Amino acid sequence: MDALKEKFIQNFIQDDRYQYLLNGLKNTLTITLFAVLLGIALGFLVAIIRSTYDKTHKLKFLNLICNLYLTIIRGTPVMVQLLIIYYVIFSSVSVNKIFVAILAFGINSGAYVAEIVRSGIMSIDQGQFEAGRSLGFSYPRTMYHIIMPQAFKNVLPALANEFIVLLKETSICGYIGLQDLTRGGDIIRSITYEAFMPLIAVAFIYLIMVMILTSLVKMLERRLRSSER
Amino acid sequence: MRDNTLKEEIESTDDGMLFRIDDLCKSFGSLSVLKNVSTEIKKGEVVVIIGPSGSGKSTFLRTLNLLEEPTKGTILFKGTEITGKHKHIDQYRQNIGMVFQHFNLFPHMTILKNMTLAPIKLLKMPKEEAERMAMEYLKRVGLAEKADAYPSQLSGGQKQRIAIVRALCMNPEVLLFDEPTSALDPEMVGEVLEVMKDLAKSGMTMLVVTHEMGFAREVGSRVLFMDDGRIVEENTPGEIFTNPQSDRLKDFLSKVLV
Repeated sequence: MDALKEKFIQNFIQDDRYQYLLNGLKNTLTITLFAVLLGIALGFLVAIIRSTYDKTHKLKFLNLICNLYLTIIRGTPVMVQLLIIYYVIFSSVSVNKIFVAILAFGINSGAYVAEIVRSGIMSIDQGQFEAGRSLGFSYPRTMYHIIMPQAFKNVLPALANEFIVLLKETSICGYIGLQDLTRGGDIIRSITYEAFMPLIAVAFIYLIMVMILTSLVKMLERRLRSSER
Repeated sequence: MRDNTLKEEIESTDDGMLFRIDDLCKSFGSLSVLKNVSTEIKKGEVVVIIGPSGSGKSTFLRTLNLLEEPTKGTILFKGTEITGKHKHIDQYRQNIGMVFQHFNLFPHMTILKNMTLAPIKLLKMPKEEAERMAMEYLKRVGLAEKADAYPSQLSGGQKQRIAIVRALCMNPEVLLFDEPTSALDPEMVGEVLEVMKDLAKSGMTMLVVTHEMGFAREVGSRVLFMDDGRIVEENTPGEIFTNPQSDRLKDFLSKVLV
């Protein structure tokens, strides 16, 4: 017991080493939050363009660009994308690593969000579109008032899953020398030569965050489902 | 500013004629569904469209509010052409209510919200006024206590009655009914037909695609019999049912009037 306590002090308290985890956590959360927002924005945009094309055969050119985006992003590993953005695209300019990570994960997540949201839009009965249009709503307003609220409700579990994956995927940020939560734990390990405590601590913190996220989504889902009692 | 032009245009040419349909054709790929359909619909008429399935009657109805774009031909609504390229399609549709076979209520909204969404968003009606109007209509169809319910809590007949008053909330000039009772359990058909009869009595212009021959006979001011994408016969209900001219209508009636 005393040995355990000593190791705890050595790993986290001594020289304020817990700061590695704290700062790492801060970076992880910042990256995840903004990447989620970017992913949602991109994903909804792409989903709307693609489903508009599916339904009306308009926006052909934009649809083509979206398809290219989806193919490239979903066809290559996110880590390679992160490395390319940092070492190739921003190679000649000094740039904030957090910004690079947000960009990489946001663009990556957008592709998956797009297909999730599109499946939600396509799952809504054609009659809902027709009812909206027959009342006099334009296509965009039918989307906004009638289709999207229903589609969003249907894809919420899949979206939540995507964001949980994203949160955990940010753990590869260390590859561009960014000190996220995982890297923070790893730094402690390299200082203390003690793997168990810091790595278990890191895993535990991820687990807690995912559990909080899951329960938040459950609450939201319950509220949105209130119309189906 | 531009949005008002169609409405002004429409109001300036009011001669009691609502639709003038000329040489209307619609095909899906190589399948020709409507073949040179021409007819006129006057204000206050209740036109019932009957015919075997696949005869194009639903497609015909759906072309009238451009849910299906005609391949050829023209539709004049109060003297204004609505077919072809134009920017006022949404404005135009506000004048034309549509009731669907499968109700198509918005499941994520309460009944009241279903009814008031379009008037508030499109006609810029104040919320209180829209809700007052919606409650009036709900009382008329005996569903006032369902205002705060969601569509999933209603029976089929109740849903269809709501769908009808939802269309009415836009104060349309004409109501299109696309087989409004075909998806209902038999015991619920009556309550929906009752609402439609009341509407007809109040002078609403109605086009009804239906298999309810009793309704056609009792309420219709004119019956169109369609077969194979054409209007084969067009007459008063009395003539259509007691004195059919074409063999196809005779054949059809012998099958549906057992």
